[in-house]
Amino acid sequence: MKKYLALLLALAMVFALAACGGDNAEPPATDAPEGDATVTDAPVAENTEAGVFKIGGIGPLTGDAAIYGTAAMNGAQIAVDEINALGGIQFEFQAQDDVSVAETSVNAYNTLKDWGMQALIGPVTTGPAISVSAEAYNDRIFALTPSASSADVTADKDNMFQMCFTDPNQGVSAADYMAENMPDVKIAIIYRNDDAYSQGIRDTFVSEAESKGLSVVYEGTFTQDTQTDFSVQVAAAQAAGADMVFLPIYYTPASVILTQANAIGYAPTFFGVDGMDGILTVEGFDTSLAEGVMLLTPFSATLSDELTVNFVTEYESRHGETPNQFAADGYDCVYAIYNAIQAGNITPDMSTADICDALIDTFTSDSFSVSGLTGQGMTWGSNGEVSKAPMAFVIQDGVYVLP
Amino acid sequence: MVFFSYLISGISLGSVYAIIALGYTMVYGIAKMLNFAHGDVIMVGGYVAFCAISYLSLPPAVAVVLAVAACTVLGVLIEGLAYRPLRQAGSLAVLITAIGVSYFLQNAAQLIWHATPKNFTSIVHFDLPAGLTAMGLSSEAIVTVASCVVIMIALTTFVSKSKMGKAMRACSEDKAAAQIMGINVNATISMTFAIGSALAAIAGVLLCSSYPTLQPTTGSMPGIKAFTAAVFGGIGSIPGAFLGGLLLGIIESMAKAYISTNLANAIVFAVLIVVLLVKPTGLLGKYVPEKV
Repeated sequence: MKKYLALLLALAMVFALAACGGDNAEPPATDAPEGDATVTDAPVAENTEAGVFKIGGIGPLTGDAAIYGTAAMNGAQIAVDEINALGGIQFEFQAQDDVSVAETSVNAYNTLKDWGMQALIGPVTTGPAISVSAEAYNDRIFALTPSASSADVTADKDNMFQMCFTDPNQGVSAADYMAENMPDVKIAIIYRNDDAYSQGIRDTFVSEAESKGLSVVYEGTFTQDTQTDFSVQVAAAQAAGADMVFLPIYYTPASVILTQANAIGYAPTFFGVDGMDGILTVEGFDTSLAEGVMLLTPFSATLSDELTVNFVTEYESRHGETPNQFAADGYDCVYAIYNAIQAGNITPDMSTADICDALIDTFTSDSFSVSGLTGQGMTWGSNGEVSKAPMAFVIQDGVYVLP
Repeated sequence: MVFFSYLISGISLGSVYAIIALGYTMVYGIAKMLNFAHGDVIMVGGYVAFCAISYLSLPPAVAVVLAVAACTVLGVLIEGLAYRPLRQAGSLAVLITAIGVSYFLQNAAQLIWHATPKNFTSIVHFDLPAGLTAMGLSSEAIVTVASCVVIMIALTTFVSKSKMGKAMRACSEDKAAAQIMGINVNATISMTFAIGSALAAIAGVLLCSSYPTLQPTTGSMPGIKAFTAAVFGGIGSIPGAFLGGLLLGIIESMAKAYISTNLANAIVFAVLIVVLLVKPTGLLGKYVPEKV
């Protein structure tokens, strides 16, 4: 019996290792003893000769939100490999899994800190980002999240920056767009009210819609536990006579809403935000249902500029799937830090706190802007929020086109 | 009119719960254990059918047969590898093992099929007259309710009339005595798991046809709800599972429509608590005194 147990344990360890690894960067061969855990400078000093920046990444690589974390980290890895291939400034990138849980995320952060992380890309999801940003603020480690979009993530933390839109920004843009282009629509909103992202966009959308005189005829909610069945909400939106359904949610539940609306013969215009990006990639989804869906998004894998095409090709050849906006955000994060390092003349032998201050100065300076996959001429304010223009797309014949 | 469409979606949802609950209740009634991995067998059934249709381009009927076969084998394997060695152990050990199997299946599915949700294309789509569609009736709902009724009747007949059914009831009453009477208890329990898992496969296909998100955690919430339905109707009772499932679906749908979508799950579980307070054995459960 003991033998079996030992075997099982060994197997479990193999699995655990397989789950953590996969990326790169062996941790230092000699594990630092417990007491040394707070001395972050030791490993930094060790790698100065190599002239390598250590960049950490945190996101859900397993669990419910794994799709967002793996995409962001894969995107970041591609950027790191490209930069390293250029010569000059070199990056070492290590991604840690946080399963989108705040406590796990702080543990992942501490692991990376012990490894000698000099800047952080992540966490990918909002809840963990709020916890980790407080730690990073105390430790003076510069952090840039690809996709945690709540304003709470950056609030009162001068070293926490965002690559994605903030939620208020998206809600306002969506309402403005509708007021300008279709002021007479009757709007139904279906949103997820146990999710800061969805709730945040809905709140600003509703207040902006009110001030612009748009009419909201129905609001339906759902939660994580009820995001597989929308028959009631869809029937109610139809009964309320809505001809526009605003979906400030991610594309997986949105694909269910489209399918179920179709099943009862309800065909309004659906309007999504950046979370809707990816709806065409849902495996098995009948993409003809998405015809005419409108969405605001910073990134589309179907755009034909050179940067996007190269990135999409590289991502597809590595991972066998089309990158979503999270992958593009992760990719842009690495380049933003890379550009800032160049602009600020930052070297890897500086202390982590000095690097942090130098990066803050560069990011918030007027002359610093980044053009990447998710926007042209992106700039950052001292509150950590990015400013870039959202683009409205409409889906036609299975690709995004400008309306 | 809107009320009617809410009612339909409730009945349709309830029928799926009922089919899953039938599997729970069978296994509990005969093996006296809660198979918490049941929900995840549903998920496996969904994935097998999905792969058969999307990757192998097989017709839906063949896909269902494949899913049923795969889940039956899986169910028997789980019983043989995980639960049989614990036959003499305490019920708590078996319960924890079942939870372990559930996690194992979810993570194995994530390794094989990845976390990205897949959209399950409905296998039962046929066109209905426009009048029926306008009332909120979908072809999936009709097929789900019909299959549920057929399965319930077939299962009741099987357990009460067939020889194997008799053996199952004997095992349920007293395993030791059944063994003395020459019944192969292990084979009977394996058979129970086989039937339960075959039902899970059908439930998986129907669940994903109506609610098309297919991901490694697809089975867990419906599994818990169906367990609730089984307890609600009286665990161990086949008509009870059917009734409990239907009522639960309707309550959930009505609660979403008229009270609050947020509180829908809370209301469902609150109803369960009230029922258990008033009638501890569930709606159709029988009171069996514990012999000391």
